[in-house]
Amino acid sequence: MTGTAALAAQAHGTHTLAAQTQGFLSTSGVEIAFLLVGLVTLGAALVTVTTRQLVHAALWLVVTLGGLAVEYLLLTAEFIAWVQVLIYVGSVVVLLLFGLMLTKAPIGRSPDADSGNRYPALGVAGAAAVALVWVVADAFRTTWIELDGAPQGTTKVSGEFLFRNWVLPFEALSVLLLAALVGAVVLSRRKNAQAGEKR
Amino acid sequence: MSGTLDVVLRLVAVFAVFLVLPLAIGQTEHKVMAHMQGRLGPMYAGGFHGWAQLVADGVKFAQKEDIVPAGADRRIFQLAPAVALLPYLLVLVAIPVGPGNAVGQFIDAGIFFVLAVMGVGVLGSLMAGWASANKFSLLGGLRTAAQLMAYELPMLLTAASVAMAAGTVSLPGIVDAFHWWWVPWQIVGGLVFFTAGLAELQRPPFDMPVADSEIIFGAYTEYTGLRFALFLLSEYAGIVVLCGLTTVLFLGGWHGPFGADGLGWLWTLLKTLVLAFVVIWLRVTYPRLREDQLQKLAWTVLIPLALAQIALTGVVKVVIS
Repeated sequence: MTGTAALAAQAHGTHTLAAQTQGFLSTSGVEIAFLLVGLVTLGAALVTVTTRQLVHAALWLVVTLGGLAVEYLLLTAEFIAWVQVLIYVGSVVVLLLFGLMLTKAPIGRSPDADSGNRYPALGVAGAAAVALVWVVADAFRTTWIELDGAPQGTTKVSGEFLFRNWVLPFEALSVLLLAALVGAVVLSRRKNAQAGEKR
Repeated sequence: MSGTLDVVLRLVAVFAVFLVLPLAIGQTEHKVMAHMQGRLGPMYAGGFHGWAQLVADGVKFAQKEDIVPAGADRRIFQLAPAVALLPYLLVLVAIPVGPGNAVGQFIDAGIFFVLAVMGVGVLGSLMAGWASANKFSLLGGLRTAAQLMAYELPMLLTAASVAMAAGTVSLPGIVDAFHWWWVPWQIVGGLVFFTAGLAELQRPPFDMPVADSEIIFGAYTEYTGLRFALFLLSEYAGIVVLCGLTTVLFLGGWHGPFGADGLGWLWTLLKTLVLAFVVIWLRVTYPRLREDQLQKLAWTVLIPLALAQIALTGVVKVVIS
């Protein structure tokens, strides 16, 4: 999803190159809102990985993903924002909650909801964050989106860029997903066949 | 300044619809079910045919004590009804009722907006089911989740079929592009969409998650008073939203045989109410589907039908262009 947003942003950047006229943070209302929503999203993400209550973690994930959707909206990428809500909040989190409910999902703290790997995990997360921020900031340093004019992240624009300039990655991703789907079916069927033989 | 006033007026109008229509459908359900079953229904409250019964019910709900079970997760238990109800209010904002600018707020990717936000509403039932600390509630929550995952896909696919036919994903744009022959062309998609929507709302015959003979009232078992009323209200608001969406996507919204100018909103309202009547009718007519039958219907009937509809839409679109 972030990849698509980046592509869209890049696409818009090509026809709104106006780096000289922009300050780094010219405090407009949208930028302040963007920053605040970003902070909320980051906070919710931190709570998601640190809370000891399993279902609460899933629900904080909803806040995190919803916050991301609002960020896309503020960048006028309306289509991507709604798809983010549809796929992640509407399906992925529901699947997650379904799985948690199957495992009883106790109310209150789970003392074993912790991992010995937490410091390596912190290291990996920190490194990934630094790398992403560095790469994205460097790549889009001179790219600005004009927020006041006509929206530049409409479905039409996103669709044209996706299916004219980026068809090959799109199709490759489709094949990858199809492979994952077939793999899941095969794995689940093999387990059933083994259980049948034992009986 | 007039821009702000315009927005405020529109939102007030949407809110008024949100408050009135679900209650009207609730009262209709009382009476229609009663007459279909050869009885009278509520007759005393208010005098004429018991029109004030829902007001009396509301007063009753407001008077009841609001109980949170001792073992429950308090905050999530109390938050759940709002999460279940508010998405339907948001969806109503995007449904166009008439030609021109008669919509709460124009949204570019309207189809995606309404389907995404409707999916969020189900989180409320899941939260309620888990936070109640009750086996029946948890089972209800599980069934809700399984049902949503099965029926979300056919709904999306058929909506995509209409979007392909119209060449746009904005709801007013789709109704603008409508011609009368779209009804036979998209009829399979319309039926799949309506059925999947019923399942997503957990209306009979798809009410396994709240099956009273097995799991009391599913995720809502522990709720009392106003919070329980909010869950019931969200069901009726869901009927309004589903019927409105089916009207806009498959039945041509404000288009009618005559009087398209000025009276378009009346056509939208009429079609929505007829569909709502069908929803009630189905409740009285069909027995409840078992859980495995529910899943089988979604995966082996609705999804193949939806895919066939998409193929048909694509072929016809290429042929006529």
